[in-house]
Amino acid sequence: MTRYLLSVHSGAGEGRAPMTQEEMQESHRQLRAIETDMASSGAWVFSGRLHDADTATVVRVSGGEVLTTDGPFAESKEHLGGFYIVEADDLDAALAWAAKVTAAINAPIEVRPFAAFADQPDPGLGA
Amino acid sequence: MAAVDRADVGRIFREESGRVLATLIRVLGDIDAAEDAVQDAFAIALDKWPVDGLPPNPGGWITTTARNAAIDRLRRASRERELLGEVAALWPEYDDPDLPEEREPVPDDRLRLIFTCCHPALSTEAQVALTLKLLGGLSTAEIAHAFLVAETTMAQRLVRAKRKIKAARIPYRVPEEHQLPDRLRPVLAVLYLVYNAGTADPVGPAERGLCAEAIRLARILADLMPDEPEAAGLLALLLLTESRRAARTRPDGSLVLLAEQDRSCWDRALIEEGQAIVRRCLRRDRPGAYQIQAAINAVHADAATPEQTDWPQIMALYDQLLALAPTPVVALNRAVAVGEVRGPATALALVDELDLDGYYAFHATRADLLHRLGRGEEAAAAYERAAALAPTAGERDFLRRGGRSAR
Repeated sequence: MTRYLLSVHSGAGEGRAPMTQEEMQESHRQLRAIETDMASSGAWVFSGRLHDADTATVVRVSGGEVLTTDGPFAESKEHLGGFYIVEADDLDAALAWAAKVTAAINAPIEVRPFAAFADQPDPGLGA
Repeated sequence: MAAVDRADVGRIFREESGRVLATLIRVLGDIDAAEDAVQDAFAIALDKWPVDGLPPNPGGWITTTARNAAIDRLRRASRERELLGEVAALWPEYDDPDLPEEREPVPDDRLRLIFTCCHPALSTEAQVALTLKLLGGLSTAEIAHAFLVAETTMAQRLVRAKRKIKAARIPYRVPEEHQLPDRLRPVLAVLYLVYNAGTADPVGPAERGLCAEAIRLARILADLMPDEPEAAGLLALLLLTESRRAARTRPDGSLVLLAEQDRSCWDRALIEEGQAIVRRCLRRDRPGAYQIQAAINAVHADAATPEQTDWPQIMALYDQLLALAPTPVVALNRAVAVGEVRGPATALALVDELDLDGYYAFHATRADLLHRLGRGEEAAAAYERAAALAPTAGERDFLRRGGRSAR
C-alpha cells in the first residue's frame, strides 16, 4: 500500500463560472458519498478543506532570524484548496479516487505519492 | 551447436531482451534490478556463447542466467535485509541455464510491460523512451540519437520515468476491460510515433531501425491482444506505409509524391500482409481510427497506377475517419480526397475553412489546389509559406520547387 496526497487546486479568476447554490449542495452531497466510500473501503486517511489563501501566514528563517509574513508562500493564482490523503494499492487506484473527486468539484487534482518512511521498504511495482 | 560471434550475441539479446526483461521485472518487482541482471547475463553470454555455441533456447538461457545473476546481486547487496528470503522462496536453487528443461516456454509478460511504459501518468517522451529501452532493447545512446537529444538528457529522462514508476507505484499489469480504451490509446500512439520518428529525415540507420522496431512491437501487441481490432489496425497501417518506403524518397532524401512513386518498388509482401489484416478488421466491423487509416492505405495499394485509385472509396473512408476523429488534420486529408472526386474548387472551399495556418501541409494542399485552378500567383505564395514551415529539408526543397519532384 502506498499513501497518496490528492491535492485540490482552486484558482481565482479561472474560466469556469462560480457554482450556484444548488450546484454547491449537489457537489457537497457527492463529496460526502465519495468520502463515505473512501472510509468504508479503508482508503481514507485524512482530508480537509482549507480557508482561502489570503488567510495564510508564512514563517521562514532569514539571516538566522525567524521571520513571519502575511500571505501565501507562492505568488500564484492557483492555491491548495483542500486535500485528501488516501491509501491505495497503486497509482491506478489512487487515480480512480481522484477521478471521482474531480468530477464532484470540477477542479483539477494533483496526485502525488508520499515518500516511504525510513523503516518501510520501498514498494516494488504493483502487480 | 550453431557458431556465434559477438555481434550475434548482441543481436540475439536485443531480440529477446523485451520478453526477458518483462519477466524479470514481474519477478523482481524492480525495473533497474531487472536491467542490471540482463546486463550481467549479456556479459556471461559474450564469454560463453562464442566458445560453447548458441544454447538451444537463447531466451530461456538469458532469463535463467539473468535470474541467477539477480540472486547473486541480492546476496551480495542485501545480506542484512530480508529481501533475499523473498527471492529465494521464488527460486530456491540456481538453475543451470544449459539444461534442456529451460526449453519450456517463458510466460510472456511483455503486455504488462508495454502498459506500464505507456501509462498516461508518464509524459509521451518518457513513454516513447521507456518503450524503446525496455521492450525494444535499444541502448540509451541509440534512443538519444534517434530523437536528436543528448545522451545525458535521454538518460535523465529514463531515470526520472523509472523513479516515478517506482515512487508513484504505477502498476505492472494489463488494465482491466473497462480501462482498456483509455489505456490502449497511448500504447498505440507511442508505437505510431516511434514509426514516424523513423521516417523523418535525415534517414540514417538509427531512424530506419525505429520503423522496424515499431513494426516489431506492433506485431507483438497485435499477437498479444487478438481481441483489439485497433492493435491490428495499427500493425496494418505501419505495414502498408512501410511497403512504400523504397518509393517514397530519392537517394538524396527528397520526397516523391504518392502519385509520382514508382509503384513497382512497392513491397508486395508487406502490402498483402497489411491488406489481409484490413480485410479481417472489416469483417469484424469494430472500426477505429487506425483501422480506417490502414484501409485508406490499402485502397491506394490496390491501384496499379494513380489514375486507377478508387477516390470515392477513399473519400468515404475519410468521412468515416472524420466522424471518429474530428480534427482539422483529418479534415484536411479528407479535402484532398474530395478534390479528386469533386474537383479542386470544392476542395479549396473546405480547406479554407480550416484553422491550420501553422501547419505546412495545409499550405501545401492549398498551393496544389490553387495551382490546379490556374491561380498561379496565389499558388506560389502558398508554396513559399509551406516551405517556410516544412519540418524537413527534403520537404522544404520539394515545396520550393512548387510542389514538383526534382527530375
